[in-house]
Amino acid sequence: MIQAEAKKINVWYGDFHALKEISMTFKPNTVTALIGPSGCGKSTFLRLFNRMNDLISNFRLEGLITVDGENIYSKDAKIDEIRKGIGMVFQKPNPFPKSIYENVAYGLRVNGINDRKTVDETVERSLRQAALWDEVKDDLKKSAMSISGGQQQRLCIARALAVQPRLILMDEPASALDPISTAKIEELIFELKKAYTIIIVTHNLQQAGRISDYTGFFYLGEMIEHDKTQKIFLNPGNERTQNYITGRFG
Amino acid sequence: MTKKRLIQKIAFITFGFISLLVVGILVTILGFITIRGIGVVNWEFLTAMPKDGMTKGGIFPAIVGTGCLVMGSMIFAFPIGVLSGIYTNEYLKDSWLKRFIRMMTNNLAGIPSIVFGLFGMALFVNYLKFGDSIIAGSLTLGLLTLPVVIRTTEEALKSVEDSLRMGSYALGATKLQTIKRVVLPVAYPNIITGLILSIGRVSGETAPILFTVAAYFLPKLPSSLSDQVMALPYHLYVLATSGTNMIETRPMAYGTAFVLVAIVLIVNTTASLLRRFLQKKVKMD
Repeated sequence: MIQAEAKKINVWYGDFHALKEISMTFKPNTVTALIGPSGCGKSTFLRLFNRMNDLISNFRLEGLITVDGENIYSKDAKIDEIRKGIGMVFQKPNPFPKSIYENVAYGLRVNGINDRKTVDETVERSLRQAALWDEVKDDLKKSAMSISGGQQQRLCIARALAVQPRLILMDEPASALDPISTAKIEELIFELKKAYTIIIVTHNLQQAGRISDYTGFFYLGEMIEHDKTQKIFLNPGNERTQNYITGRFG
Repeated sequence: MTKKRLIQKIAFITFGFISLLVVGILVTILGFITIRGIGVVNWEFLTAMPKDGMTKGGIFPAIVGTGCLVMGSMIFAFPIGVLSGIYTNEYLKDSWLKRFIRMMTNNLAGIPSIVFGLFGMALFVNYLKFGDSIIAGSLTLGLLTLPVVIRTTEEALKSVEDSLRMGSYALGATKLQTIKRVVLPVAYPNIITGLILSIGRVSGETAPILFTVAAYFLPKLPSSLSDQVMALPYHLYVLATSGTNMIETRPMAYGTAFVLVAIVLIVNTTASLLRRFLQKKVKMD
């Protein structure tokens, strides 16, 4: 079974050829880590799956991206519908300056779901899934700006879970957090895998090793190697992968 | 003391002195106006009609007139300016059109106010046949503030972090939903403050109302939008340069100046207090 797939992807920003002939598949209930030096295209690749690159004016794509078998770049695909079905967690926690409750409810409200009971239940379920419920259940009306950075990032994860996404994208979700908060996020990713499919961009190779089932190594816009994480780390098939994971460049 | 430390010390003492000088100039102006003007200001001065060739009585119709003009210009300029600011900052992609609109807005802001006055007279007073009236004066003042309102709105929107917009888009919100639910709630304290500050500016403008609304001497209150009114800045000009008895009207002129400056200061202080209050509120909820 395949949850998401990229087929012969080429991306340009103006004249710059950012991604070259990339094909990759993602199985359900797995975590795939995308690694590689800065500027290698891994974030660009990640953002293809919820069409965030569309916001960049000279972006151009060739190839096919499917999620649940649906071509998300087809002519009649509605961009906000696509984004609703795919959760994204950003590098820096970016909670809205609203209450904790309203942050989680946001995805429902913009999609027209305002029924009190449904929203209440979704907020609780999402916060529980994001392992934040016990810490904030008495402060749901408090501003999201008043909790710690690590809690804010878990709130952003809860916010993404509230719309029951088919795929969760994470763009270096722990790089702005302290080690303890990072560990919590990693545990959480491990738990979420039971219900969701996750693609995560990370600069932290140990993190990729700890949390992912599959790893893709990107270099200069190409995907050099994509395999089971163990294989990539213990017995990489390509010399450049070997050099990168042993720290000889990057 | 080493040489670089000495140079640093001299530099900062100079900067400090210059900053103090700026404050000193402001304090001198305010002090001058206050000392000359405050003695004239009493209840009668604020609430009575001018009389005896403007040497006695008060400036009530000028205060009311300025109030009408400020309100009228804001009703016109705020919605148009704010919506236009939202459009250029949130909707327009970086293109020649956006740069062109920006350039035109900046140019509009740089046009001397007397030119606005002349244009207002040609368009509103003569061509549209509004005559010398509150409506003509308000529209002219509105045109003058429009670029300020647009720029203020754009600056306020620009200061909203893009990561918030991204977070909203990623949850399936449309652009309009994102603006309404995330961008504006963060930006509006700054927008409101900017708008109030522009009120201060409008209430002191003389040239745009000169040919469009301002009356030399009209000791009654307006009853409709097509009436002429007296206005504080123009009244000050009249008292200082072309009154019937300039020696006797001089104290009235300082009194009027004091009232005008006081209004502007009150408006500006309100603006900054309001901003602090609203920003705290945005953070809380």
